[in-house]
Amino acid sequence: MNATVSWAGLAVSLSLVAVAAGISWWQRLGLQRQILIAAGRALAQLLLVGAALTLVVSPGRPIWWSWLWVAAMLGYAATVARRRAPEVPHLLGLALASFTAAAVVTLGVLFGLHIFPLNGRTLVPIAGMMIGNSMTATVLAGRRLTDELRDKREEVEARLALGQPSRQAATPYVRGALRAALTPQIETTKATGLVFLPGAMTGLILAGAAPVQAVLVQAVVMFLVLAATATTTVVIALGLIRRLFTPDHRLVYLPTPADH
Amino acid sequence: MRPLAAFEFQRVSVWRVDRRVLDDVTARIPAAGITVVAGPSGAGKTTLLRLCNRLEIPDAGTVSYHGQPLDELDPLLLRRRVGMVFQRPTPFPGTVADNLAVASPGAGSGDMCTALTRVALDPGLLSQDARTLSGGELQRMCLARTLVTQPETLLLDEPTSALDAQPKLVFESTARGLAAQGITIIWVTHDDAQAGRIADRVYRLRDGHLAGVSVEEAGEP
Repeated sequence: MNATVSWAGLAVSLSLVAVAAGISWWQRLGLQRQILIAAGRALAQLLLVGAALTLVVSPGRPIWWSWLWVAAMLGYAATVARRRAPEVPHLLGLALASFTAAAVVTLGVLFGLHIFPLNGRTLVPIAGMMIGNSMTATVLAGRRLTDELRDKREEVEARLALGQPSRQAATPYVRGALRAALTPQIETTKATGLVFLPGAMTGLILAGAAPVQAVLVQAVVMFLVLAATATTTVVIALGLIRRLFTPDHRLVYLPTPADH
Repeated sequence: MRPLAAFEFQRVSVWRVDRRVLDDVTARIPAAGITVVAGPSGAGKTTLLRLCNRLEIPDAGTVSYHGQPLDELDPLLLRRRVGMVFQRPTPFPGTVADNLAVASPGAGSGDMCTALTRVALDPGLLSQDARTLSGGELQRMCLARTLVTQPETLLLDEPTSALDAQPKLVFESTARGLAAQGITIIWVTHDDAQAGRIADRVYRLRDGHLAGVSVEEAGEP
């Protein structure tokens, strides 16, 4: 059975938002307004995206419309990363480079090796999942590395003072940042199916796909996210090292977050 | 004839956003013995020292090492010729041997034992976790770690400021011994009594200026 949602159904589901707002009111959290704005904004954004997607992925539409959509997502994701971690220098350009690198790697494998057929209906959602799911890790890696190099400046400079090149002096902190950023995704991957049913699979099952087919798609998506997370974080980390050290192997001044 | 200069500062200035840390400093730091750079905190002593191994670069003027401007030297090679010990000990994770290996991955246990002996540390400490050492031992381990690169010059940035009286004296006598072996030492301190004990000459910095280079020849090393 296909689970389609009618407009009336959507309207009734707003009662769930009322539940959240009601709890806020009952516990005097003062979040009612925020909850209503968030729900309203999400709904408006989804409707807009839905309308735009209908245009972009409708049959017969040239594929470059979808690529344009992907490019816009990459750009927007980079600005979101920049906003979330203003203390990380040069994050806008680095995030754009890292999401693009991840897109090349993951979309290259998925479409180049014909795991999915290349069309608007596959390209846009897959690119969206790839970017959305690697966002947190990307920001985490950038933030963690910047924090480490700032807070352990003396240790880093002690390594430089021993004649280590900046890349080598930064290696322990790059490793720490990459581990910290990748571990949550690895844990999520491990728990998939046992602890929670991920979105793509749930969506497919609700939409009437056979569970086995849904599982296969979900597995591919999980691997996509793993590769994307690893790619974005390593590009961010190595890119940051190039920006945070000068060519003559000095660590640049890093302001504390309070200075922003 | 003037003694051979290790470092020469020519009209060197370092600016921060709000002030001049070093203002038009001109100085020659001889290669022989221990040169102390004294002065109150905030006078620019640490900055002066950091210019010597290019952890910082001047905004104006030139710093030369044995007659060569630093910006013409490979910074990585320079830093192995000019070692530095920081104000607070900076142990890396792992054992004492791991720490020394960071300075010289190819160093054998013989080289490491020699480095520890030179700073009056027991070679038996090699297998000990560096973070379990006392403050004085830790700072001398950092000195040994620097010596593994076989530097010609040592920059010591208030290396004993966190140490008690006895370990402080041990560190001082270790440094005097290294100076006697021909290593140039530039030692930053705000402790005048210490300057009196260790210095072959004292330069005084005040508010970024070299306020009257007082050469206190405390005896040849």
